[in-house]
Amino acid sequence: MADDQRRAPAGLSGLQSPRSGGFLPDTLFGRIWRWLGAVLGLPRLLGLARGMKRLGRTAVTSVPYTWLLLFFLAPFAIVLKISLAESVIAQPPYTALVEWTEGAVMHIRLSLGNFSFLFQDPLYVDAYINSLKVASFSTLLCLLIGYPMAYAIARAPEKLRPALLMLVVMPFWTSFLIRIYAWIGILKNNGLLNNFLMWLGVIDEPLPMLHTLFSVYVGMVYSYLPFMVLPLFATLVRLDKDLLEAAFDLGCRPFTAFLKVTLPLSFPGVLAGSLLVFIPAVGEFVIPDLLGGPSTLMIGKMLWTEFFSNRDWPIASTLAIAMLAFLVVPIVIFQKVREHQAEKEEQA
Amino acid sequence: MSGSRPYFLYSMLAFGYAFLYVPIALLIIYSFNESRLVTVWSGFSTKWYGELFQNDQILSAAWLSLRIAAMNSTFSVMLATMAALVLARFGRFKGRTLFSAMITAPLVMPEVIIGLSLLLLFVALEDLVGWPSGRGVTTIVIAHITFSMAYVTVIIHSRLTQMDISIEEAAMDLGARPWKVFFWITLPVISPALVSGWLLAFTLSLDDLVVASFVSGPGSSTLPMVVYSSVRLGVSPQINALATIFVLVVGVGITISGVLMHRRERSRAERA
Repeated sequence: MADDQRRAPAGLSGLQSPRSGGFLPDTLFGRIWRWLGAVLGLPRLLGLARGMKRLGRTAVTSVPYTWLLLFFLAPFAIVLKISLAESVIAQPPYTALVEWTEGAVMHIRLSLGNFSFLFQDPLYVDAYINSLKVASFSTLLCLLIGYPMAYAIARAPEKLRPALLMLVVMPFWTSFLIRIYAWIGILKNNGLLNNFLMWLGVIDEPLPMLHTLFSVYVGMVYSYLPFMVLPLFATLVRLDKDLLEAAFDLGCRPFTAFLKVTLPLSFPGVLAGSLLVFIPAVGEFVIPDLLGGPSTLMIGKMLWTEFFSNRDWPIASTLAIAMLAFLVVPIVIFQKVREHQAEKEEQA
Repeated sequence: MSGSRPYFLYSMLAFGYAFLYVPIALLIIYSFNESRLVTVWSGFSTKWYGELFQNDQILSAAWLSLRIAAMNSTFSVMLATMAALVLARFGRFKGRTLFSAMITAPLVMPEVIIGLSLLLLFVALEDLVGWPSGRGVTTIVIAHITFSMAYVTVIIHSRLTQMDISIEEAAMDLGARPWKVFFWITLPVISPALVSGWLLAFTLSLDDLVVASFVSGPGSSTLPMVVYSSVRLGVSPQINALATIFVLVVGVGITISGVLMHRRERSRAERA
């Protein structure tokens, strides 16, 4: 008896036909049991087992989704809002966009003044142009140094590759700030490099290297080189060697083969690495601040100064929005490249 | 490949490694320098390490940073596991493009923008709902999770796409529920990725100056913030000593994990 009852919900006898009532005793307990069976079994019967699965998936998706919406996307809307406000000496130091005055009349105060101010002040325009210039050249330098490195690692014996890659990544795991600090000691006027050059007799008096464009480039390439090497390695190691051999068999010289086969095929890696260097480099703060000087103004440092020294939140927000406007296109391309690579990975 | 090319490649490789490691090596050598001037050698000494361990400001900042980093990595790994699972297993759904964009963008987003926008969010939220009241450890951890999560998701996602999906399918065919498949099959397989993701999130958090500066409050100065203000005042041998300890810990950690991983792979290869 008890067995039958227990089996009932699984077999959903209660739901299939009213006659199945004979199967269970028509007592209160039997009815409840049958009802329970129907309720518990209903989703499965109606194909809602997939519904349950979907519910689980929605739950798993919603946690990281909500987090990113709240802490990554929503903040940009606030930055945009504050970039349209005016600066006041208050806490927080900006005017409200929407104000209710007596008689419930709503005043919307939008100020595009910050943006026009930005474009009229040559200081900001210079900083922008300089940032783009420094970021592009740093990317190019990283590519020139990183490509041969990635190529050599990809061609190295398979046993050595993990160790060689590890050596590229390891500096990334030590503190970024401390690595920049190391260069101050090297590039200073009485620093290690100047001392060394003077000891060699190459120069008589110290070369000013710190706080110049040169030191900014050194810092940029030094910090971002691993970001270039890794994606390049990832595409170069997957390269089909038969294609190169075919090129050689057809009489192609090694260098031509490189230009015509390897380089085009490694383009996704070049693109991914370049964007991985270029985009953060545009907004870099620490390097122009510690290694750069007055002649190497960059937009990330301007933003920092406006925010921390001048406490002008609206201008800082305006700078951030203007920087984002520049970076939207590269970021979208980066996104596409990554998606493309992920798809390729799944196919492999 | 014949010709002189390999020599060119090897010399570029050697140059690259020298470029990456000579500054770090110099930093370590000069941490044992007797002189206060970081760049003039005047004899071996470990006195800067002694001073470092008596510098309360640095020590308390280091303790705070380690705590923040540990919280950050733990939450980042949990959120990133979910995010990676969504991207690798759930197929197409409404809003997937936005989701994957929000996962990828923090990888390249300039830190000043992340820092500023999160600070403005925290200020607005406090104004609106009274939370978070003031800024400090909580806001730093939230900010760090937001960008660390992206990196960790990339690591876990690549492991998920590389793993043999047929064992998951076999478990499913044998009647295992999705959550059971996840905890009994998927999680053990991706556990190395979880560990390396945790470690990466830890170092990202420990390393962050810019975002933390924006979202921290009075009394919550992290280690990079203290190091930064001391570097701005000029080079100090104590920072060299700190850097040496950093490099030592990371080097030992990476070597141990590398050896362990190598052994695991080898024993797996032998079993197979």
